[in-house]
Amino acid sequence: MTLDHRQQHLQTVRAGLSLLVAPIEYLVDLPVNIGRWLDESLSSRQQLLEENTRLHAQNLLMQARSLKNADLESENQRLRELLGSSVKVADRVLIAEIYKIDLDPYKHIIRLNKTARHGVYLDQPLLDSHGIMGQVIEVLPAYTTARLITDPGHSIPIQVSRNGLRTIATGSGKINQIDLPYLPNNADIQEGDLLVTSGLGGVYPPGYPVALVTKIERAPELEFARIGAEPTALLNRSREVLLVWSGDKIKLMQTGQSSRPAPPQEQEESP
Amino acid sequence: MKTDARQGGWLIVLTFLAAMILTIVPFPDFLQHFRPEWAALVLAYWCMALPHRVGVGTGWITGLLLDVMTGSLLGQHALSMTVIAFLVINLHQRIRLFPLWQQAIVIWMLLNLYQLLLLWFDGITGQPSKGLSFWLPPITGMILWPGIFILLRRLRRKHKVK
Repeated sequence: MTLDHRQQHLQTVRAGLSLLVAPIEYLVDLPVNIGRWLDESLSSRQQLLEENTRLHAQNLLMQARSLKNADLESENQRLRELLGSSVKVADRVLIAEIYKIDLDPYKHIIRLNKTARHGVYLDQPLLDSHGIMGQVIEVLPAYTTARLITDPGHSIPIQVSRNGLRTIATGSGKINQIDLPYLPNNADIQEGDLLVTSGLGGVYPPGYPVALVTKIERAPELEFARIGAEPTALLNRSREVLLVWSGDKIKLMQTGQSSRPAPPQEQEESP
Repeated sequence: MKTDARQGGWLIVLTFLAAMILTIVPFPDFLQHFRPEWAALVLAYWCMALPHRVGVGTGWITGLLLDVMTGSLLGQHALSMTVIAFLVINLHQRIRLFPLWQQAIVIWMLLNLYQLLLLWFDGITGQPSKGLSFWLPPITGMILWPGIFILLRRLRRKHKVK
């Protein structure tokens, strides 16, 4: 039975059972939901006004920044055309909510409330507003399971944004650290370097921030330097994540959503 | 005295449901690694108290649901739970006579076996190793056993589940 599962034959059984378990998970998640709902409905007018002005200011700032961004993007596209390389298309994203439940404490996996109905597919990357969070490992009828980049069984192809040095980052099992185990001692990398996705492997779209290098130990007796980095995404603090469709996967999202009348929260985003 | 053979089945289902909820309810971070195997504890109690009603089959089904819930390999928890049920049913007449603390030690050993099986599966499927804190849940399970035992016995007697 276990071996069978390796070949993914039991996916349908798992899908069926997941429907049985879904109410339990919903029940566990319920107190948190109620808490949020109470919080929302009981917050005072003054608070709301304050928040409104704050968000307004933030929005203005963002808009100003995105104006510049649009300009940069078109410039980037022109330069790319000059170079004769393929033009990058804007990615599309959808907001998914994380169920507030604990799974295996040794694995960094999370449960999301968006499924294949919304066009979610296997290996789909997810991120929050600060960086890459992980990838989808299982799409079931009731929910989706995703693995975070800090899971010890997870690796992500990255590059140093300062000089384009490419390598692979592996999860460490600690929620605030990923390791870069394959860089030699003389590699050009410094503390504070930003690591971004390199786009190799085809799972993660290129150019999204992943982590900041926090620790470099160059031990002469070891073959590789010991490098640790802190993920920029708020892995254990965000309640909402963004699912990303990029490249030819955008079609998937559209077919997934055509069955639903109104797409709930859909945004365009430029990489 | 005539008693309905199916009497109180809802109580058994309810306790298993509660165990599963406790399995995934969010704990504070420092308690994460101490979370006992609730479902295995409840299964051990029912197998000991009512071996003619709760057994290997119940263990297997609960295990499967646990597998789906925690995202582990399908059959991993199921097999471990089955083994627990089998052993408890085999030993139930002996364990019943033990004083509570001695029962707790037996339960601790059973839970260790449970963890060992899970670890073994993880090893086969190439999951990274988990360190020594992996052996904490059986200890919490052992400490909690007297409480769980007394609570479930009271529930069982109150509702006359036989």
